[in-house]
Amino acid sequence: MESVGATVKLDLAQTTVREVNHFLQHELGKEPAGAVEILNPAGAHNIAVGLDAPVEVHIRGHAGYYVAGMNKRATVTIHGNAGKGVAENIMSGVVRVKGDASDGIGASGQGGLLVVEGNAASRCGISMKGCDIVVGGNVGHVSGFMAQAGHLVVCGDAGAGLGDSLYEAVIYVRGRTHGLGADAREEPLTDTDRVTLAELLSAAGFDYDPEAFTRIGSARTLYHWNTEHREAYG
Amino acid sequence: MVKTGAHEESFSFNRDVVAYINSAAERGVYDIRGMGAKRSLPTFDDLVFLTASMSRYPLEGYREKCETKTVLGTRSAKKPIKLDTPITIAGMSFGALSAHAKESIGRAATANGTSTTTGDGGMTVEERASSKTLVYQCLPSRYGFNPDDLRKADAIEVVIGQGAKPGGGGMLLGQKVSARVADMRTLPEGIDQRSACRHPDWTGPDDLAIKLHELRELTDWQVPIYVKIGASRVFNDVKLAVKSGADVVVLDGMQGGTAATQQVFIEHAGIPTLPALRQAVEALDEMDMIGTVQLVISGGIRTGSDVAKALAMGADAVALGQGVLIALGCNSACYTDTQGNEVDVTSDYEKLGTAPGYCHHCQSGQCPVGITTQDDELQRRLVVEEGARRLGNYLSVLTLELATLARACGKSKVHNLEREDLVALTVEAAAMAKRPLAGTDWIPGT
Amino acid sequence: MCGIVGLLVKKHEHREKLGEWMTPMFTCMAARGSDSGGMAIFGESLGQRERRFSLFARDRGYDWEDLKASLLRRLDGNSRETARMDTRANHAVLVSSIEPATLRSWLKDTAPSLHVLSVGQVIDLYKDMGDPKEIAVRYRFAGMAGSHCVGHTRMATESDVTPVHAHPFTAGEDFCLVHNGSLSNPYMLRRTLEKRGIVFETDNDTEAACRFIEWRLAQRDTLANALHHAFRHLDGFYTLLMATADQMTLVRDQFACKPAVVAETDDYVAISSEFRSLAHLPDISKAHTFEPEPEEIYSWKVSAPR
Repeated sequence: MESVGATVKLDLAQTTVREVNHFLQHELGKEPAGAVEILNPAGAHNIAVGLDAPVEVHIRGHAGYYVAGMNKRATVTIHGNAGKGVAENIMSGVVRVKGDASDGIGASGQGGLLVVEGNAASRCGISMKGCDIVVGGNVGHVSGFMAQAGHLVVCGDAGAGLGDSLYEAVIYVRGRTHGLGADAREEPLTDTDRVTLAELLSAAGFDYDPEAFTRIGSARTLYHWNTEHREAYG
Repeated sequence: MVKTGAHEESFSFNRDVVAYINSAAERGVYDIRGMGAKRSLPTFDDLVFLTASMSRYPLEGYREKCETKTVLGTRSAKKPIKLDTPITIAGMSFGALSAHAKESIGRAATANGTSTTTGDGGMTVEERASSKTLVYQCLPSRYGFNPDDLRKADAIEVVIGQGAKPGGGGMLLGQKVSARVADMRTLPEGIDQRSACRHPDWTGPDDLAIKLHELRELTDWQVPIYVKIGASRVFNDVKLAVKSGADVVVLDGMQGGTAATQQVFIEHAGIPTLPALRQAVEALDEMDMIGTVQLVISGGIRTGSDVAKALAMGADAVALGQGVLIALGCNSACYTDTQGNEVDVTSDYEKLGTAPGYCHHCQSGQCPVGITTQDDELQRRLVVEEGARRLGNYLSVLTLELATLARACGKSKVHNLEREDLVALTVEAAAMAKRPLAGTDWIPGT
Repeated sequence: MCGIVGLLVKKHEHREKLGEWMTPMFTCMAARGSDSGGMAIFGESLGQRERRFSLFARDRGYDWEDLKASLLRRLDGNSRETARMDTRANHAVLVSSIEPATLRSWLKDTAPSLHVLSVGQVIDLYKDMGDPKEIAVRYRFAGMAGSHCVGHTRMATESDVTPVHAHPFTAGEDFCLVHNGSLSNPYMLRRTLEKRGIVFETDNDTEAACRFIEWRLAQRDTLANALHHAFRHLDGFYTLLMATADQMTLVRDQFACKPAVVAETDDYVAISSEFRSLAHLPDISKAHTFEPEPEEIYSWKVSAPR
């Protein structure tokens, strides 16, 4: 591990994910670091999970599963693609993927912001509980599945089953949807939506007009067991 | 043959089935209830101990020590779980249970040197404070799951399924989704909660292995990870849990309870605890993991003899759910108020369409004795000190009964109970437990 | 459960590098399953007259010389028949002009303990129980050449760990299949296929998928049509990677929960369950990487030989 000015460099070709994570979770506060560079990730899993400090981390390459999982307060940028479950259960902070992301990203996230500049695969934002996710490209099927709170912004197209079993999270889609999921419906944009979209797009760094987005919300017909919608339970 | 003056009930279309079909026809939705399978199933009652005789010598009660200490999670954790007894408390959520119930359970477990487990709703401050050893569940829903509570836990339990409904997700009906519960679970107050049945960010043991690594990275590889499965394809599932990296396997048999799920699930899915336990031990044996990966069995553990038999069959520990609730007062006609008076609530059971000893309406949120409810008034009927006292007593009795039987088998450690100490009373139990039918050498199927 | 790998080289001059590029992919995926492993390599075509037979012996110390001698005796007096063998540990590739059914029958009589793992003009197939890392060394994967290959590392779920339960599975000639996932209706598929005369070797759910496709191919379906039938009849979660003499094909079920990533450059198409097993490939940082959509068929054809 090498310090260059205020930047700490960690090279996964020379050290292990365990050592990197231990450093990030325990030693970071002791070293005055402006930013952390993680080199040669080569698709390794569980890089930078469980961070809890207002630090800037740059991962130079492709990351495997669960990168930046359960992130708190940190700003993590993956300069490449990210595997399954990037920023799963994110609590706060910002995680940005410059390339594409795999499936189940931001799963169950409770706060903070996840940005994917490329495409995300299936189940984007599954079970999200208050985080915000902005995807510059497309998202795969069953995205927003059982999404409880927070916002999912899709600048490209969305795969089939979007927002299936949606709770109170709101989905915005700019491109085409290939079918909505159970209890999801298109709704008109409100002024609050316009403000929220503008803020999220700006935070993500995408220059799109909020008016170009369709709002998808929950019809709330599945909130209570009832016979009229029994086929939705099947 | 004509039976004059007598009512002849159909075996297949008996009154219960008639009532079921009527209800389905009336309402158009399935029956949801709590507790576990009520039908007659082979249980540990069908096994008995071959205690001391001419060839085996018993230990003296209390004078000669019978050790009950139990360690779980030795495979890869730096801080395995150390308990004074192999009798632990199974995962039950705050939400399913009242805050008073969770606190009573925490106190009683701590007094008995054992662990409690959170449920499908996350960790409450009260439970962490009252329970000295707390296992934190990671479920498909991830309600309330967060890295701070994860780091406060003494062990992590990744839940694939439970015995009442292997393959089903959690359920909490609107009447129990109070403001506090809703807030913890990030749901609108009062809605019917349906949990996911698969985890959101992994499917299959190959990806579970990577997920377990993530959880370990977050907790510095300090604490054990349990993997909990509902008993169905037990032999393969236990092997896969081991291959995924589990430190402890928790296996929940068909008799295991729930706070709410579809009646059909409870009665018609999963296999009984007895054969499940045997298969699990065989799987661990085949992988040469006995002693390395520990096994906790749950699902209808009621008495000290159940515990002893489970240990003899190869379990390292047991977990109790329904028994705990009954010790707190579930299905009692009365509750004891803060003054120590017994208050009869039979009429409250009647309002639910049931009676003390028959109730399984945990899903209603109207628990007459304040255990499985979020209602403020009802919850107060479970006085925490009284609940802790009663549950503490029950856990002590279980441990004493376990030790009694172990001593009678000549064991100075309860973990020295072995399967050859047992024989079976029925052909089914003999086949399921692979123990000979009493008085014979015969194990069906061998 | 499992790891799957596949590699197809687009340029003829890279065929000799196939093994060198593929072996780290295979050994990396041992992390997903180390009960058994296997690899099918598609090499130079023999032309119409001859076939390659991959033979497997359970006994690590099997005496191939004995079989060679028997084979020579069999050829004696028949100048039109050819046969030669190349052996590696408990595996042999037998190249022969003897008609396949005849040769299989002869092998059954002469060497009943051997398994025929594959038959074809192009395919060689290696598989066994044990750690994939050791299998790669034992069979010397790193030095192998060919146009494409498909491999698998296994964490057994429901059926036994035996050599024949390992993947890839084959059907007919020059066809193989590997699978990550779990079919939920394998027994019903098996019963239907057995009634149609298809013979199963194992109770493995992957074999049910393979024999289903074998059946459709025997009905003169193209592989694409066979897969459309498969989407309708197979249930559960599956990523299937298949290869024939001149193509490699990848599909995922409608739920698409089991992982798969594809990396494509001008030089190769590489497929794996996890990206990290591709990280060593040349120019990987510039590759077009993507994940297969559910129920889409992705196929790559081998370029014609020089």
